[in-house]
Amino acid sequence: MAKKKLTGAEIFLRALKDQGVEVVFGYPGGVTLSLYDEIYKQNRLRHVLTRHEQAAVHAAEGYARSTGKPGVVLVTSGPGATNTVTGLTDALMDSIPVVCITGQVPTALIGNDAFQEADTTGITRSCTKHNNLVKDVDDLARVLHEAFYIATHGRPGPVVVDLPKDVVNARGVYVGPDKVRIKSYQPRVKGDIGLIDRAVKLMAGAKRPIIYAGGGVINAGPAASARLERLVHATGFPCTLTLMGLGALPASDKHFLGMLGMHGTYEANLAMHHCDVMLNVGARFDDRVTGKLDGFAPEAKKIHVDIDPSSINKNVLVDIAIVGDAGLVLEDMIKAWKPTPAKDTALKSWWKKIDGWRARKCLSYGNNGKLAKPQYILQRLQAEIKDRDVYVTTDVGQHQMWTAQYIHFEKPNRLMTSGGLGTMGYGLPAAVGVQIAHPEALVIVVTSEGSLQMNLQELATISQYRLPIKILLLNNGYMGMVRQWQELFYGKRYSESRYQGDPDFVKLAEAYGAMGLQAERPDEVDGLIKKMLAHDGAVLANLPIDPTENVFPMIAAGACHHEMILGPKEPDLAETGEDVVLA
Amino acid sequence: MTATDENIQFHTIAILVNNEPGVLARVIGLFSGRGYNIESLTVAEVKHSESLSRITIVTSGTPMIIEQIKAQLERLIPVHRVSDLTVEGPFVKRELALVKVQGSGENRVESLRIADIFRARVVDSTNSSFVFEIVGDTGKLDAFVDLMAPLGLVDVARTGVAAIARGAAAL
Ligand SMILES: Cc1ncc(C[n+]2csc(CCOP(=O)(O)OP(=O)(O)O)c2C)c(N)n1
Ligand SMILES: [Mg+2]
Repeated sequence: MAKKKLTGAEIFLRALKDQGVEVVFGYPGGVTLSLYDEIYKQNRLRHVLTRHEQAAVHAAEGYARSTGKPGVVLVTSGPGATNTVTGLTDALMDSIPVVCITGQVPTALIGNDAFQEADTTGITRSCTKHNNLVKDVDDLARVLHEAFYIATHGRPGPVVVDLPKDVVNARGVYVGPDKVRIKSYQPRVKGDIGLIDRAVKLMAGAKRPIIYAGGGVINAGPAASARLERLVHATGFPCTLTLMGLGALPASDKHFLGMLGMHGTYEANLAMHHCDVMLNVGARFDDRVTGKLDGFAPEAKKIHVDIDPSSINKNVLVDIAIVGDAGLVLEDMIKAWKPTPAKDTALKSWWKKIDGWRARKCLSYGNNGKLAKPQYILQRLQAEIKDRDVYVTTDVGQHQMWTAQYIHFEKPNRLMTSGGLGTMGYGLPAAVGVQIAHPEALVIVVTSEGSLQMNLQELATISQYRLPIKILLLNNGYMGMVRQWQELFYGKRYSESRYQGDPDFVKLAEAYGAMGLQAERPDEVDGLIKKMLAHDGAVLANLPIDPTENVFPMIAAGACHHEMILGPKEPDLAETGEDVVLA
Repeated sequence: MTATDENIQFHTIAILVNNEPGVLARVIGLFSGRGYNIESLTVAEVKHSESLSRITIVTSGTPMIIEQIKAQLERLIPVHRVSDLTVEGPFVKRELALVKVQGSGENRVESLRIADIFRARVVDSTNSSFVFEIVGDTGKLDAFVDLMAPLGLVDVARTGVAAIARGAAAL
């Protein structure tokens, strides 16, 4: 019996249903009208209307990163598609599974510079993991299922499916997800046992070991993070996390040294510099983490676990490379690990050294002055939320680094931030996606006035869906991070980094139906945070901060881990023997 | 890693891909986007029934870059197999060139003589021109073209390199 034929729009919705998709983030337009009509008629799929297609992708990213499920986006052709490019690139850089369906002009018009035509597959080829133009309705179901498979298997990433209007309207055959197998894409998930044994032996012989874990552990699911914790406890090794990895090991764990890299802690970076064996799980030796490559962990034997073979030996040549899923490899490592009491003494003296670095309290700061310090504000926030399950998104800049330093992530999938691309404007729409996924949860955006205004329009989305998102605006009146570099490296010439003419944020919040809060003095911070958290709707809290505050510690671009610049309020470091520069 | 002249190597890489729209753009985009070199590139369908094409790329780089290139190629979804012929054993490498030489008298005779030595065939001739077809490795073709230059060389078309491993094993 011949299969019943469905329209492209019906196939589309059926495929999404069979993939378990509950919500799409999108924005309609001419060529997607039939899809939207079908969404309306079936009235089953939840659609969240953002106010910009870039925001739809960031919302899908927030949804994906906070749930571990792929985020889905639906936009129209031409400008709708081109508006997604930043979001797609962001998802590619941070390995976030996103399936983005873009409308396209009818196949007969492709190549004719038709109204709202853009070469979407051409434009997005380098900012997606994969993309596809569907020319035949009978391919549609397969291509959609493949898109979900590719987005979520191996190293996750964004996939675009470009869908011409006539294909949506044509009738074709539906096939289910179980029929789909991509012969040319079968990523390896199980690590090589021989290599894992060698790695574990190397670790067992280490005198100054460190575990350096990243977003790959979070992408591998909560079980992978639990295994990381078990391995850390079994070995007794110190552990540092990248920005994308925060939460993979509870921040309160005594083995946790804090974040590493350009704005990492003194102890994490020095431990990286002096270690003799490094286990990297699910991180990619990014330049913001390694600093100058020639001087990166010069004495260390390096083990690298990554699901993406192209991450291995890309920046740093390693001694043992294990291709596989972080969770599965960690499991095998735990199995292979045998406690060796003999080495406890070596580890003890290593911890003693680390504790010495820790005692420097690199995150302390001076807290006097008329304006509140951002570090103080975040510490107050941390104190208020420490017993709650909180999702935090950030934008990009100083406030992002302070959030990473002062907010303690106890669980994976709780920090949503733009790491690889560093996309200002990520935080607010990402929070939309997080709150949609977790309607009851406390979702906080930590941002600054620059980034906030890059996707400010999403206040309307928040209003439309009554999302009780809390926006903590650390207002320094500057592109703080740009200002910091100009102060430190460009002779204090503050070229174009000052914002003037910013709106009254309280009135702005109120215009969008949110609560607007304004602090004037440091002693109002506490009350304001409490008030923000107590309100059951959306809040925009504007907190003026000391605009001269800089993020420390800092490793200047191209410097080594032991060449950290510490904050001005630090105790005298002269006798550490480390090459530390005081700002 | 800084690339010094000494550690730059040439590798011939064979890639089996789905013959689908955009696949060549993906491969070329990878090279341009990441700043890898393409010395030569050929592509054609090789298995019609399975819609598979074979791409042969000659590229150059440090050993670390060559490893990256292979890993990046393998990551592309429509790529089935990547084989670095240069490291995987002996292989045959061939290129075809069509070489047009214009002239008369002594030069014309000399061009025919050289063509004979190189086992190039004349595939077109007029009173004042020849088109030679020559097959061989890149070095042989280069040498032939160089020798034709003073004899009235006016046009060259080259296919780029096709390569295959010696012995019984297949890609
Ligand atoms: C879209 C985009 N444009 C430019 C930059 C470069 N950039 C990085 S941080 C920064 C300043 C961010 O200012 P703000 O959002 O106010 O954060 P602050 O540093 O003040 O906390 C800029 C301009 C960027 N990361 N993203
Ligand atoms: Mg700012």
